[in-house]
Amino acid sequence: MSVLVYIESEEGKFKKASYEVASYAKGLADKMGTSVTAIAFNAGDVSELGKYGVDKVLNVNNDKLKNFNAEAYSDAVKQAAEKEGSKVVVLSQSANSKYLAPLLAVQLEAGYASNVVGLPESTDPFTVKRTAFTNKAFNFTKISTDIKVIGLSKNAYGLKEAQGDAASEDFSPNLSEEDFSVNVESVDKATNKVTIADAEVVVSGGRGLKGPENWGMVEEMAEILGAATACSKPVSDMGWRPHSEHVGQTGKPVASNLYIAIGISGAIQHLAGINAAKTKVVINNDPEAPFFKAADYGIVGDAFDIVPRLNEKLKEFKEKNA
Amino acid sequence: MKILVCISHVPDTTSKINFTEGDTKFDTNGVQFVINPNDEFGLTRAMWFKEKQGASVDVVNVGGTETEPTLRKALAIGADSAIRVNTPATDGYQVAKELAKVVEDGSYDLVIAGRESIDYNGGMVPGMLAQLLKANFINNCISLEVDGQNAKAIREIDGGKETLTASLPLVIGGQKGLVEESDLRIPNMRGIMQARKKPLNVVEPADTSVKTEAVKFEKPAPKGDVKLIDPDNLDELIDLLHNEAKAI
Repeated sequence: MSVLVYIESEEGKFKKASYEVASYAKGLADKMGTSVTAIAFNAGDVSELGKYGVDKVLNVNNDKLKNFNAEAYSDAVKQAAEKEGSKVVVLSQSANSKYLAPLLAVQLEAGYASNVVGLPESTDPFTVKRTAFTNKAFNFTKISTDIKVIGLSKNAYGLKEAQGDAASEDFSPNLSEEDFSVNVESVDKATNKVTIADAEVVVSGGRGLKGPENWGMVEEMAEILGAATACSKPVSDMGWRPHSEHVGQTGKPVASNLYIAIGISGAIQHLAGINAAKTKVVINNDPEAPFFKAADYGIVGDAFDIVPRLNEKLKEFKEKNA
Repeated sequence: MKILVCISHVPDTTSKINFTEGDTKFDTNGVQFVINPNDEFGLTRAMWFKEKQGASVDVVNVGGTETEPTLRKALAIGADSAIRVNTPATDGYQVAKELAKVVEDGSYDLVIAGRESIDYNGGMVPGMLAQLLKANFINNCISLEVDGQNAKAIREIDGGKETLTASLPLVIGGQKGLVEESDLRIPNMRGIMQARKKPLNVVEPADTSVKTEAVKFEKPAPKGDVKLIDPDNLDELIDLLHNEAKAI
């Protein structure tokens, strides 16, 4: 009956988002009067999960699952849910979890709600609040199936410490050849860079920066703040920055703690994609730029004058608060 | 190769979002509908397969008669024929099930859908469809090549990309990158005229049961005014970010 939570790890280590989904699963389990079981793949030490209320960890150690494989992982999570008799499975909204969740939902004949922002309003009927219309609205979705799959939006619930045993148990799901019919040929991933998905702070540049040669100050700010760099759609369309940095409706979503927009006017598609960021700062020389209506803090002025000075101040601040 | 492109009929990206009937329905009043942007990248890639590799391309939508202009637009862009499953699209699973029937009846080799629609953002139809069909599935696809029965795709992952291979039948959850923004096609007069004569077949739904239901909508609370900071007093911004927003 326990709530099952799929815990992602990278090179054996858990991410912040993993603790967030664990916290959410604990909140849900308390509401339903049950415990939390986690499933983790090739993870190292799992005891940390106990701090967020996980009672039991199903540990899958299998070399064939070294690379994420949606079909095989889904099959394993499904078997874990069956073994535990779980009525709810919780996942994050990382690229991999979003890949896996719909496969899992069909396997479990479950209703699936993505981009969920909080615990259910009620568990009978089971109704959750989620974002829709690319953050321009919320909707309340009723899930009527016996088993439910919940995708939790990043930074929507936060980390909540709770007591759990995190008792580790080896788990070896039965995987078939068909589970591996999509082959991973190669993975190309910058290991030393903060990703937009994981970042607490995102620093983003727009057309106002006039050309790719002027990104040095954006990268400098990102380095000072330990932030990911991003850009607006026209910037990636013009090839100033790679597509992987494009944030907005057709690009990557941003749900960081802080989003700093430099020289971005704030087209509605851009704002929709970054709306979930908690605090938004805009630096733009046009006081009429729509971004000022969406931001918490704004500076009207020339980015080429402001950003280098701001970087110096941020550096001082970071040194003092290190 | 027979390709099916799934088309969501969604409000234009600049639409104002409002609700009616006690916040239970999306207010379509004055809203312009378009092909879901993530689907349009896939449709344009499908056109490339048609022109370079002789593939046939059909488009499909699950929805009422109001979605037909959007399907006609896809025909004007170059799809050969369109199918509309005559039932409102209310639940991702229900849509995936109807699409699965269309794919089986039409024996399609490759199905291209967008990674998510920009209205409900469910992000579930392509994966559910693949699972129902027991077909291979690649999500967040930013590059796709097909050679005979074998596909090679690049998937965007958090912080990088991954190159994958899989055999057909295959379902793709596509996005920008499958083609570039500049590759998107605006239908010309000839395309629009031809589209009028192309077949748009209406089929009835097989099963209308749902697993989820959007029962109510809500708009975010209005935002407070921006706090403007003097460019000559950047210390104030750092102070506010640290002490008020607790963001640094």
